[in-house]
Amino acid sequence: MGQITLNQITKSFGDVQVIPPLDLRIDDGEFVVFVGPSGCGKSTLLRLIAGLEDITSGVIDIDGKDATEVPPAKRGLAMVFQSYALYPHMSVRKNIAFPLRMAGLDKAEQDKKVNAAAKVLNLTDYLERRPGQLSGGQRQRVAIGRAIVREPSAFLFDEPLSNLDAALRVNMRLEISELHQTLKTTMIYVTHDQVEAMTMADKIVVLQAGVIEQVGSPLELYHTPRNRFVAGFIGSPKMNFMMGAFSAEYDAATIGIRPEHISVSHTEGKWSGKVGVSEHLGSDTFLYVDVDGLDDPVTVRSTGEVAFRHGDTVHLTPDADKIHRFDNQGLRIA
Amino acid sequence: MATQHSRSAARIMMAPAVILLLGWMLIPLTMTLVFSFKRYLPLRGGDLGWIGFDNYVRFVSSSAFWPSVQTTLIIVGGVLVITIVFGILLSILLDQPMWGQGVVRILVIAPFFVMPTVSALVWKNMFMDPVNGLFAHLWKAFGAQPIEWLSDASLFSIILIVSWQWLPFATLILLTAIQSLDSEQLEAAEMDGAPPLSRFAYITLPHLSRAITIVLLIQTIFLLAIFAEIFVTTSGAFGTRTLTYLIYQRVLESQNVGLGSAGGVYAIILANIVAIFLMRIVGKNLDT
Amino acid sequence: MARAVTTRRKTINTVAAWAIGLLIFFPILWTILTSFKTEAQAINDPPLFLFFDWTLENYAVVQERSDYMRFLWNSVIIAGGSTILGLIIAVPAAWSMAFVPSKRTKDILMWMLSTKMLPAVGVLYPIYLLFIELGLLDTRIGLTIVLMLINLPIIVWMLYTYFKEIPGEILEAARMDGATLKEEILYILTPMAIPGIASTLLLNVILAWNEAFWTLNLTAAKAAPLTAFIASYSSPEGLFYAKLSAASTMAIAPILILGWFSQKQLVRGLTFGAVK
Ligand SMILES: Nc1ncnc2c1ncn2[C@@H]1O[C@H](COP(=O)(O)OP(=O)(O)O)[C@@H](O)[C@H]1O
Ligand SMILES: [Mg+2]
Repeated sequence: MGQITLNQITKSFGDVQVIPPLDLRIDDGEFVVFVGPSGCGKSTLLRLIAGLEDITSGVIDIDGKDATEVPPAKRGLAMVFQSYALYPHMSVRKNIAFPLRMAGLDKAEQDKKVNAAAKVLNLTDYLERRPGQLSGGQRQRVAIGRAIVREPSAFLFDEPLSNLDAALRVNMRLEISELHQTLKTTMIYVTHDQVEAMTMADKIVVLQAGVIEQVGSPLELYHTPRNRFVAGFIGSPKMNFMMGAFSAEYDAATIGIRPEHISVSHTEGKWSGKVGVSEHLGSDTFLYVDVDGLDDPVTVRSTGEVAFRHGDTVHLTPDADKIHRFDNQGLRIA
Repeated sequence: MATQHSRSAARIMMAPAVILLLGWMLIPLTMTLVFSFKRYLPLRGGDLGWIGFDNYVRFVSSSAFWPSVQTTLIIVGGVLVITIVFGILLSILLDQPMWGQGVVRILVIAPFFVMPTVSALVWKNMFMDPVNGLFAHLWKAFGAQPIEWLSDASLFSIILIVSWQWLPFATLILLTAIQSLDSEQLEAAEMDGAPPLSRFAYITLPHLSRAITIVLLIQTIFLLAIFAEIFVTTSGAFGTRTLTYLIYQRVLESQNVGLGSAGGVYAIILANIVAIFLMRIVGKNLDT
Repeated sequence: MARAVTTRRKTINTVAAWAIGLLIFFPILWTILTSFKTEAQAINDPPLFLFFDWTLENYAVVQERSDYMRFLWNSVIIAGGSTILGLIIAVPAAWSMAFVPSKRTKDILMWMLSTKMLPAVGVLYPIYLLFIELGLLDTRIGLTIVLMLINLPIIVWMLYTYFKEIPGEILEAARMDGATLKEEILYILTPMAIPGIASTLLLNVILAWNEAFWTLNLTAAKAAPLTAFIASYSSPEGLFYAKLSAASTMAIAPILILGWFSQKQLVRGLTFGAVK
């Protein structure tokens, strides 16, 4: 089990309200990602669920029971911290066994579970080391190991990969996803990186200034962002926004078009402009085109082989079905 | 990282320390304050009733008061000057490259760890004794008449003993401060053509000013309260009766608790004035 | 100082520093040397430096005549006891201040430090009176409590600064892992803070060991520690330099050794962090 419901919860630090009233339902076995710019209240929300902070008002239900007043240890949740928060004075074995020791399990039982977790996480050879003697990725695994031995009803991750280098991050991303496939336990994962959100989540919760902007599957967010903020936040490279005459044509205050939905040609197209910078990634090429009448360059994603050079005049044509329209509140026009 | 639960736990866990210190401060302080307004002679009738500010007036107008203030100021001032001046010189010297720096540091710091009664007795007998003391031997070796240190030069002797005890403290603090001085600053000044003395005056000394202030304040608080050094050497005779010692004598020797308590209140006020300045600096530092 | 220094400069520095260092250390050295002399040699003119008949006799005499071990034991109990008691009270308080800070935390800390500056003589009689009332005069427990109280602010302060260096997330992790507050402090915080706690312990043992106002005024015979024992030599009979030296050496040796280990803590502890 691992169903969590937030009912009208708020959080204030002193006079500052960080989370305005918020509702959210997380179903058993879901992989939910909280994503949003840094400082938007993701960690706070996670810590409210964990019980490390009191909610100012509202109710948290875990598995159908009111958990608002339940202390962290009794909520049946496990958390993996950004800094890993390993106990530096204990061996890896003792770190992983700590929650079991606190639960009063006997030594043999503890060893059995620790060994099983170590095997899953490839830590068997490191059990007698101290955290200080491990690499970043290994520490991360120990932190996860410490979480899984408790067999929690849900895992909470707070930006667990942000301290790892890029290559390792991709690996760990896969490992965590695999772990979710195996355990089928609810996971709540906080990140500011929308790529992590898109690749891992069953359900993404986009937050801004403590407010949920949209909840949905990665593709829902990609295809039908509810507002300009979500549209701009999800997807890489970012969506292009255009106003004025460009949007008036489509009966909207603003239109958005993703870089991958613009075709580019030397000869003809809807809009014309000059190529500024072009970035060649091999598989793709990103062109930044200065379109006449627009302040910001338009990003265009093209195949790897196209040959456009700085200063070339090009013509752009948007894929008409893929244009997102927003009203002057920034909300999506259906 | 705070929930209601951890906040109330924190309050409970802080309670013993707070309550104990509050009791330790308030109970005796209140008693001293109460006694100071009473004629209170434990061996001659006990509590003889309220007498208003008489004790305060009497304490200040007694013939022993002003000399004790003077003695206190001379001792505190003398020790401060000696420890700070030599502390600065010594810390600069110890900061220079040399062989066996660690050992020298240990030698210099050692007197601070000697208990006050030991240092007072050792100085009194083995160095300052007019017959068998090392100084007497030294004076005689040069054909001079040995000095009766603790009676003829009593204040100087006590200042010497106390300075010996506190020089290590001043040196250690100042050395710590000097070592935090960015050597590039000095090198830049050298490049600019500043001679060593101006480098000291314009860079090292200003850098040390905070540490010097702190040494000054902390030592003042401790020096105002020196007791064992006088108790063991002169017992307050030969003009070495400080304010602290005078109060001690009024309370425990002549058993005039009311009068002694009034003196105690003066001492507390005096210490508080110094403490306020110190706590300002400490408080500022806590923010960063 | 990344700069090369001439050997000549370094030699001069070395000679000067050693000369001054030895001069400052000399009274201690002289006391230690004298403790190995006979009484006659101790007052010999000219003074004898190294070439005398080294003897351990004084140490035996001091122990025999004045029951040195009893005073030593009192010192150990009082200094050790007050420090440990102080730590037991201060660890939870420092935990609160470091990990659950509130707007008042700083004020409380400052107030605690300021109680350290209360002149003892100002409250001498009330304490004396209370001690008589409570039957604590000349008892080890009474003195232990007083020394614990006067050093408590420093203990809290030092632990607070050490605890603040420990990331709060680790304690939160323990909380998530099901540790109670007691387990969190006992199994996580304390082991992680061992170096800091040891330094605090060291400095406070030293301060308590050398405390010479309350130990002199609140004890007579039974509970008197070494400070009082040494003070009893201030009105001696006959030749006593060698014995005084032996007694002094024994009284300061343990603390001198501990002190050498705790130079850094001294700065942190006694300046309340104002000098770094
Ligand atoms: N303990 C706290 N006291 C006061 N303000 C806080 C506290 N923790 C977080 N905040 C504020 O709440 C907001 C959200 O913080 P956080 O949840 O850490 O953001 P995120 O994890 O999304 O980067 C920030 O503006 C932060 O300054
Ligand atoms: Mg965060």
